[in-house]
Amino acid sequence: MTRYLARRIGFALFLVIAVSSASLVLARLAPGDFVTDTAGIRRQTLEQERARYGLDKSVGAQYLDWLAAVARLDFGYSLQYGRPVRDLIPERAANTAVLACTALAFATLVGLPLGVVTGSRRGGTLPDAIRAVSLLLLSMPPLLTSLFLVFVAARTGWLPMSGMHSATVPAGGALVDLLRHLVVPAAAIGLPLAAMLERLQAQAMSEAVKEPFVIAALARGVPRSRIVWRGALKAALRPIAAVYGLVIGTLLSGSFVVEVITAWPGLGSLMLQALRTRDVFLVAGCAGVGALFLALGTLVSDLALAALDPRARESQAERG
Amino acid sequence: MTRAVGVALVSIAVLAALAAPPVAPHEMDAHFGGLLNAPPTVMRIQGEDAAWHAPFIYRWRLVNQLEQRYEEDRSARVPLEWFSGGHLVRSSNEGSAPLLLLGADSYGRDVFTRLLFGARTSLALAATAALGATLIGAILGGLAGFAGGLIDDGVMRTTDFVMVLPTMYVALALRAVLPLVLTGPQVFALLAAIFAIVGAPFVARGVRAIVRSERRQEYAIAAQALGASDLRLLVRHLLPSARGFVAVQITLLVPAFIIAEATLSYVGLGFPDPVASWGTMLHDASTNIRVFADCPWLLSPAAAMFLVVLGVNLVLQKSRPGVKSLL
Repeated sequence: MTRYLARRIGFALFLVIAVSSASLVLARLAPGDFVTDTAGIRRQTLEQERARYGLDKSVGAQYLDWLAAVARLDFGYSLQYGRPVRDLIPERAANTAVLACTALAFATLVGLPLGVVTGSRRGGTLPDAIRAVSLLLLSMPPLLTSLFLVFVAARTGWLPMSGMHSATVPAGGALVDLLRHLVVPAAAIGLPLAAMLERLQAQAMSEAVKEPFVIAALARGVPRSRIVWRGALKAALRPIAAVYGLVIGTLLSGSFVVEVITAWPGLGSLMLQALRTRDVFLVAGCAGVGALFLALGTLVSDLALAALDPRARESQAERG
Repeated sequence: MTRAVGVALVSIAVLAALAAPPVAPHEMDAHFGGLLNAPPTVMRIQGEDAAWHAPFIYRWRLVNQLEQRYEEDRSARVPLEWFSGGHLVRSSNEGSAPLLLLGADSYGRDVFTRLLFGARTSLALAATAALGATLIGAILGGLAGFAGGLIDDGVMRTTDFVMVLPTMYVALALRAVLPLVLTGPQVFALLAAIFAIVGAPFVARGVRAIVRSERRQEYAIAAQALGASDLRLLVRHLLPSARGFVAVQITLLVPAFIIAEATLSYVGLGFPDPVASWGTMLHDASTNIRVFADCPWLLSPAAAMFLVVLGVNLVLQKSRPGVKSLL
């Protein structure tokens, strides 16, 4: 177990360093830089500005400088904001985390129980209806759900369409205001995810109810609902737990689109802005934090899976 | 039943894309200066006088320049012309009362026409990228599964790593570091290449597993014993067994790439403006929040994408193997 743990942590570290390094180098190699993109200034000023930001050095030299600074937990200055990257990112990262966690919680609470319902029965109106809705939602990735929900919000005026806070704090306090703003983006990510979890849970469940122990329990007269919601559910959760490691990436991808469409001030919209203006240190910082989220998520789900199911631990160790 | 619906949806999209020039009422880049953001014209058969007529439309009259509000000019019917000037159907008064089945965008271009031409760009890009991803994936996966050892380790670790990353960010980062202003064909080639690279690992993993297990089958051993070279064994005997898997993967990748193109174009990193694609058509909505409340017809590309993705999902309903969707 310790060896497995060490290996997973090693992978997580590698992920964070590789991703942020790669994005720094890529952003630096891109044609144009922050100075040419922001200013129509005289050549001499151009050179001075470059020297000020350290953009006149070679890529390699700049990378080494950056690495040395990162080792001291100094992630450089954002060129467009003129503030340390370290100050800019936590707020945005927290916003993304709030959005992603709400969406994941929503998807889990809605998708899994519905999957149990559809998976444990052969037919019937309710399971068929749930299945149909799932199929519709699976065809609406976050890009389409968020456009649709913003459209609904704009037509009905029930919910705020974009942003995270109202300009003035309305009646009910800041928290209620935040929650109202959270509905559209969180549902946009959560709905397709809930549909995906529902389908997977249904599949796992329909296999679990065929197991001999279910028939045995039925024969002993255990009530059906108890078998479904206790025994079979427990057996069906294992394949689902394995999926959660992959869901983190889907969640981050989805939150990027949704953040841009609903103007949610998160990591995705910050990184898009940084990429457009060639704000190299901010790009690397955003990518690093995104990779950190990803690494932590994968780590937690791997460990949870290993705790749940010893077989996963062994096969993972075998594979490396 | 549902499968037939899926096939129908996908075929309609493909046919619409192929037959865009004659079916569309206008040229792709026709502007109607006085009809910015005009709503859809309704095809009618009953006039103000309660009499029945051949299908006709009413002209839009601008009543408020600032709010871009339009009213139907009921004083004169504008009859439709069928099969004229190389178009299936168009207004008899092209200049001042064009047929706008899905309204006009902020430049006064017909949304329906651009939707059809956009289908060409979006579908062609997605199909090219999916083929590219399959090709790269099959080569890498086949090589890894066949050679084993170090090559296998290297390829599989790399694909593992790429698959953990959020797909959209990888595509975004790759696109953003390349020159931001490019011509239409350059963007097409570039996006196809990026999507192919991002999608290839999904294909490679499956192909590798199939090649690896098929290699131990008797027919493969027999072919080898008969003196087939490695290349022949791989290409003629082993890779064909992955055909079914590859077909499913292509159909899964196409909708994912349609959405990916739309996302990149939405944020302004896709096709440049005059090119019609489903993503560039949505770009209006990103700059003008009023679109959602006042000009919902501009969101029609999103509806088109939904129908195509739904169609593919219905076709694949039973054979859908994937745990992780690309987006």
